[in-house]
Amino acid sequence: MNTIHNRQVVCETLMGLAKKDRDIVVLCSDSRGSASMKPFADQYPEQFIETGIAEQNIVGIAAGLAASGKKPFVASPACFLTARSAEQIKVDVSYSNTNVKLLGISAGISYGALGMSHHSLQDIALLRAIPNILIVVPADRFEAKLATEALVRHCGPGYMRLGRNPVEDVYASADYDFQLGKAITLRDGDSLSIITFGETVKIALDAAVLMANSGINCRVINMHTIKPLDEECIIKAARETGAIMTVEEHSVLSGFGAAVAEVVVQNCPVPMKIMGIPDEPAIPGKSKEVFAYYGISPENLCSEAEKLINKKRNGW
Amino acid sequence: MENMDYDKKLTKKAAKIRRDIVDIVYRSSAGHIGGSLSETDILVALYYKVMRVDPGNPDWPGRDRFILSKGHSIDAYYCVLADKGFFDKKELLTYSQFGSKFIGHPNRHIPGVEMNTGALGHGLSVGVGMALAGKMDKKDYRVFVLMGDGELAEGSVWEAAMAASFYQLDNLVGIVDRNGLQISGKTEEVMAIEPLEDKWRSFGWNVSVVDGHDIPALCEALSENRKVQSKPTLIIAETVKGKGISFMENNPKWHHGVMSPEEYKKACEELDRMMEVPL
Repeated sequence: MNTIHNRQVVCETLMGLAKKDRDIVVLCSDSRGSASMKPFADQYPEQFIETGIAEQNIVGIAAGLAASGKKPFVASPACFLTARSAEQIKVDVSYSNTNVKLLGISAGISYGALGMSHHSLQDIALLRAIPNILIVVPADRFEAKLATEALVRHCGPGYMRLGRNPVEDVYASADYDFQLGKAITLRDGDSLSIITFGETVKIALDAAVLMANSGINCRVINMHTIKPLDEECIIKAARETGAIMTVEEHSVLSGFGAAVAEVVVQNCPVPMKIMGIPDEPAIPGKSKEVFAYYGISPENLCSEAEKLINKKRNGW
Repeated sequence: MENMDYDKKLTKKAAKIRRDIVDIVYRSSAGHIGGSLSETDILVALYYKVMRVDPGNPDWPGRDRFILSKGHSIDAYYCVLADKGFFDKKELLTYSQFGSKFIGHPNRHIPGVEMNTGALGHGLSVGVGMALAGKMDKKDYRVFVLMGDGELAEGSVWEAAMAASFYQLDNLVGIVDRNGLQISGKTEEVMAIEPLEDKWRSFGWNVSVVDGHDIPALCEALSENRKVQSKPTLIIAETVKGKGISFMENNPKWHHGVMSPEEYKKACEELDRMMEVPL
């Protein structure tokens, strides 16, 4: 079992790049520990800015740095970074088109037992409605590295969503073609497609293995970039597999499933199932427990897949 | 003597800018005229004496930066930038019209504008970021942020105020256009901000209070000589909302009032008289 968490990989990747690129600046809001950015702060004190617990200020400062040629990465808990400073993200980052990268750490239900104040299950809904912000969520530590490198190269607003705990590897190494905005089909199939991102990619892959035992060929797509969405990949999946299930560590309202549905209904309507956290304060607990409670387990995804395939064959 | 002449020229310049403001506001039936007239002398001091800018090369890396945090007071800003030559004044004919880039708040499509503003309480944080970048790169540019007094009720202003003194940003100058009025009435009746000097001083700023319509005094207060090592500077510019037009002065109705033809005529007459002051 992998014990390296994605935020640690992000820090190491930025440290590697910051040596050559002195414009890379990391900002934390009393979050260098929780963001695993302490090594960066220690090694590059002149490229590190602490703002204290002040999320509005940290985003405004980052915008000012970016407008002066810096490449700021703001590492702060996703729940506060996106909700508390939503207006700064909208005006100072998106509207002003500043090269600010927001690293939302411990996103989703990572802070499970701490309750709704610390969950970020609305961040995708919020940020995808704001123009001009790239949203990326790596599925494992290898993708975290590639996504960080891609974000450094990408000039413009970006948000990377990171979970708190180490997740099992999806990839064998970082030696694969990762492009922002280009989804990756991890497993091919024609019975249905599961489209997901982040920590639930592994669950979807495990579900697909179970499904194979009962003769269901499930396509699994890692949509690591949520905005811009790889629409072509979604339409292809709808055409070729005839049924789509989305799985997200986010509210089922206005989130990833909704984004996929917008593409599906307007291009190639097929039966869909949106799995995620319902419209309620999420139950506290460890990620795996919370996922299972809301039906995001390999076993339950299998039974949902069967229902979906039934709809595809026999209608509603 | 030369300085005195220049001061008089700037006073005359301010009257001309006010005349331009009245024109674009009347023509478009838009804008926030009260706050634009209160900040006019501050902008004239900054753009004609204090700040290093190059209208022909607005992105010149060594330029001083200006952020209009009270973004709604755009009329004065557009008129000053046009007069300085950042863009052709004729372009202001499209102000507030369908599809125009000259909208009611600053945006970076306009040459000379550093940051899109309009949501209050953002500018000082952005200024802190620009000043920090200047320190990191060992550049000597200064950053000026003009805030409204009503805006100071936003908590984010004080987050930025704390950070600016913590990082000893003596290259950052905050200016408060202290006209005492906001859209609903007097600031002290809507949400009191006094004692304002004490507040900024207790946040670690080098504070001075100045007559915000006395251009030589503004230039002096804003000059690099008045900088205190390791401290950000805050200038409380005491101003009159609607300054220069008798019936607008100190009347919150003119926060974003629209002039009748008679009012426009009267405003023009008053300003034309001010422009006739001999050098």
